[in-house]
Amino acid sequence: MHQLLQQIFSGLAAGAIYASLALALVMIYRATNLVNFAQGEMAMFSTYIAWTLVNAGLPFWGAFLITLAVSFLGGMAIERIVIRPVENAPILAAVVVTIGLLLIFNSLAGWIYSYTLQEFPSPFPDRPLFGALMTTRDIGVIAVTLVVLAVLFCFFRFTTTGLAMRAAAQNPESARLCGIHVGRMLAIGWGLAAAIGAVAGIMVAPALFLDPNMMSGVLLYAFTGALIGGITSPVGAVIGGLIVGVTENLVGTYLIASQLKFTVALILIILVLLFRPNGLFGTAIVRRV
Amino acid sequence: MTPILQLRAVKAFYGQSEVLHGIDIAVERGGMTVLLGANGAGKTTALRAICGTVRREGEIIFSEHRLNGRSTEQIARLGIAHVPEGRGTFVGLTVEENLRLGAYTCTGTPHENMQRMYAYFPILAERRRQQAGALSGGEQQMLAIARALMMSPQLLLLDEPSFGLAPLVVESIFALVERIRREHRVSVLLVEQNASLALEFADRAYLIETGYVVSSGSAKALADDPQIRRSYLGY
Repeated sequence: MHQLLQQIFSGLAAGAIYASLALALVMIYRATNLVNFAQGEMAMFSTYIAWTLVNAGLPFWGAFLITLAVSFLGGMAIERIVIRPVENAPILAAVVVTIGLLLIFNSLAGWIYSYTLQEFPSPFPDRPLFGALMTTRDIGVIAVTLVVLAVLFCFFRFTTTGLAMRAAAQNPESARLCGIHVGRMLAIGWGLAAAIGAVAGIMVAPALFLDPNMMSGVLLYAFTGALIGGITSPVGAVIGGLIVGVTENLVGTYLIASQLKFTVALILIILVLLFRPNGLFGTAIVRRV
Repeated sequence: MTPILQLRAVKAFYGQSEVLHGIDIAVERGGMTVLLGANGAGKTTALRAICGTVRREGEIIFSEHRLNGRSTEQIARLGIAHVPEGRGTFVGLTVEENLRLGAYTCTGTPHENMQRMYAYFPILAERRRQQAGALSGGEQQMLAIARALMMSPQLLLLDEPSFGLAPLVVESIFALVERIRREHRVSVLLVEQNASLALEFADRAYLIETGYVVSSGSAKALADDPQIRRSYLGY
């Protein structure tokens, strides 16, 4: 029983990270109907920026905030420079562009920082809590994720820009008629997604060690989470991410060798697509003709 | 008095095909002008040309601004509110959020304007926290008009407000638009299939057929024109 609870808690901590990245995927999907395959590598690159800043002697949270700001601007720039030209192109062209971005960021990180594993500092001490039921690190990761979610929720719920972004995602033409600059909203969406991804990267790096391929597994889990939640639902993405984190941990502990963990994610994707293609909270896209 | 909106030899295109072949339209300040015509004549396209949601040529002048070359959002900011075909409601957002979006271009809080809209359309106040998609057709049309008026526009473009609605609902919506036009001194350019109703409320009318203006004049003159009576009014 004790071991089970322990596994669930550490699963939730991992799941919180998947949830953040899944949320980034959902934000971009909702705004542009595009799955951003580069989301993981963008997060990895952001993590390297944080690593550079920490190594340069900045305090951890200072480096964290600067990295978020840089990632936000970087995400906006990517939307402007790379995504906008294929805005009206067939969806496959846009998907290929994001795969290209994935490769570019991966190679760029390898070229600048090399492919050797780097240790990444954790902002949270690793002490057991409540009779080793969980660790302070798990609590810290979950807390940071919850804060990010709360900030995002308030932004979308209570600010005019957040409202305008939801409107632009839902009905771009109508949003333009209201005077909303839809292109700018998309750019902000990409910026936010990049910043959320940076949080995920920085939170996962102490556990995985930093290298250019660090996020490939995390992205797979995040995809699974987003699909379980229904790729259009932010709440679903968070819950889906947590489900994936816990499932992965439990299955890896009790059922199969942990080398097969990725297989679990892939099986989950197949099951969701077979039996509930809209996920738990997603809505089927209905077009009235 | 100079018209608030003037279209001179305006052409509009969907892809390569020309849908409007050079039309001239003027909307009087404070008046209600109606564009009549059959399905596919180009009425909706004329409104879309004004707002820049289709490619267009020719001159479009609003107050003292040339609209050519301006983006849709810039045109909205000049004070042109467009209730598009199909109402353009943000169905996933609440009624109140829809109204807040209408006031997106305004600085300051939209509170006062919102109260005014709730006074015109009490049903919207009742449903302010509901998703707009859950409203009935008539309520959605009211919401669309209220949202457009939230920006305190000088010119309101209304595309088929009667579409899909019961005759009684249509009557009440037209009466409200007329009242709002007088009280707020907003000019209206209306596109409507229901010619008899539109001619009753409008003061000027244009008849559009296959991309050309074929007839224009005071609403009364058009209503009395025997040929228009036969083709569009059915008596």
